[in-house]
Amino acid sequence: MIKIRDLTKIFKMKNDELVVLNNINLDIEDGDIFGIIGMSGAGKSTLIRCINLLERPTSGYIEIDGVDITTKRGNELLKLRKNIGMIFQNFNLLMQKSVKKNIAFGLEITKLREFKIEGMAEEEWRRLNYFKKKQLKKEAIEKRVNELLKVVDLEEKADVYPSQLSGGQRQRVAIARALATKPSVLLCDEATSALDSMTTKSILNLLKKINEETKVTIIIITHEMNVVQEICNKVAVLDKSEVVETGHTDEVFGNKSSLIVQNLLGGVVNE
Amino acid sequence: MNSLTAFFQANGPMLLEGVLDTLYMTFTATIVAYIFGVPIGILAEITRKGGIHPMSLFNKVLGWIINIGRSIPFIILLVAVMPFTRIVVGTTIGPKAATVPLIIAAIPFVARLVETSLRELDDGVIEAAKAMGANDRQIIFKVMLSETLPSLVLGSSLATITLVGYTAMAGAVGGRGLGDIAIRFGYYRYQPDIMIVTIVLLVIIVQIIQSIGHIVSKKLDKKSKGES
Repeated sequence: MIKIRDLTKIFKMKNDELVVLNNINLDIEDGDIFGIIGMSGAGKSTLIRCINLLERPTSGYIEIDGVDITTKRGNELLKLRKNIGMIFQNFNLLMQKSVKKNIAFGLEITKLREFKIEGMAEEEWRRLNYFKKKQLKKEAIEKRVNELLKVVDLEEKADVYPSQLSGGQRQRVAIARALATKPSVLLCDEATSALDSMTTKSILNLLKKINEETKVTIIIITHEMNVVQEICNKVAVLDKSEVVETGHTDEVFGNKSSLIVQNLLGGVVNE
Repeated sequence: MNSLTAFFQANGPMLLEGVLDTLYMTFTATIVAYIFGVPIGILAEITRKGGIHPMSLFNKVLGWIINIGRSIPFIILLVAVMPFTRIVVGTTIGPKAATVPLIIAAIPFVARLVETSLRELDDGVIEAAKAMGANDRQIIFKVMLSETLPSLVLGSSLATITLVGYTAMAGAVGGRGLGDIAIRFGYYRYQPDIMIVTIVLLVIIVQIIQSIGHIVSKKLDKKSKGES
C-alpha cells in the first residue's frame, strides 16, 4: 500500500517559486493499476518521480507498506529503488549493451541481500548463489534474464542491440529490465506516448498480464484517456498541481463524472 | 629515382629517428595525459549543475583551472615549465624532457574532451540507472563511460593528433622529432626536400591515427548499427 500525504513540491527559482505539486493525497492499494491523468504541466511527472525519490518532496510524505520513504538516503535509498521499477516514454535503454545485458543491469548492481527470493525458485536461487556472498552469481543473473525474456516475449532478441529493435520491442526490454529485481511497484512515465495505437495496446496488455501474474502495483501517468480506460482500475485526475478527482475508473469517467473532469477530459482528448 | 635513393641513404636514419622520437613523445604524453585527464573530465561532468553529484563551487574552480591550462599557448608553456621539467627529468633537452610540457598541455585538453563526450549521453539513460538504484560509481563506470566509449575513442584520436602537432613545437626547443628536423634542415639550412619529406611523414602519421580512431570507434558503436 502506498500512501501519499500532503505532498507538496516547490521548485525554487532565482526570485520566484513554482508550486508543481500542491497538497497531494492518494491511496494506492497493492495490486492496483493506478492511473494518474492530466495535461502536460499538471505535475504528473514530478509526482511519479517523488515515489522513487528522483525528486524530493518539499513537504508531506510517502509511505510504502507503512514505512515513510522520504527520509531515506544513501544505501537505504538505493535499496528502496530496487523495489520500485520504472519505465519511460523514451525507453532510456543502454544503447551500447545488448538486450540481455540491459535486462541484467539491475541485477548486476544489486547485492545478494537486496534481492528478493520467493516462490518456487527459492531453493535453486540459494543453490546458484551459494558460494557468492555479495553479488548475484552470473548463472543466477542469466536465469532471471531468461525468465524475463520469456515474459516479454523477446527470447530471440537476447543478443540484439536496442538500435535494431522497434519502439514496442524497446519498451518490452525496458519493462523486463525494470522487473528484474522483482519490485513491488512499477512506475510508468508516459510509457506508451511514443508508440502507435496498436503497439500501445500490446504494451498495455503486457502490463496487465504482468500485474495479474505477479501482483505488482502499477502506477501509470499519462495524458491519454484510452490508456487509463484500457487497464487502470483506479484513477486520479491531476490539474494545475492538484488532485481534482480520484476513485475507480468507471466512476470517475462514468456518467456521473463531475463537470471539472468532463472539461478536463475534453482538454486531454483534444490535446 | 637514383637521387631519391641517394636522399634516403643520406637522410634515412635521421628521418627514422625523427619518426620514432615523434611517436615516442606523442604516445607517452597522450597515455599519461589520459591517466590524469579522464578522472578530471569525469569530475567536471558529474559535479556540474544537473550532474549526478552536483558541487557547484568545486565545479567552477575546476572549470577555471582547465580553462587556464587550455588558454596558455603551448610554445609559452614549453618555456615556462622548464624548471619543473629539469626537476622531473633532470634535463630540458630531448624527447623525454619534451613529454613533460606535452603532458601538462594535454591534460586539460583531454579533460575537456572526456567531459564533452560524457555530456553527449542522454540524461534519461542516467535517470533510468538512478531509478534502478545504481550508485554514483556504478553510473560512472557502467553507464556513462561504457555508453560513450565510441565517442571517447574518437576523442582520443583527436587528442593524439593534436599532440603530434605539439611535438613539432617541442622539437623547436630541443625536443627532437620530426618538427625539429623540419625546422633545422628545412628552415635554418634551407633544404626544402627534407622539409617536404618530414611534412609527408607527419601527414601519414596523422592519417593513420585518425583512421585507427574511426575504425575502432565504429567497431565499438552499437548505437548506429541497424538504425534505419
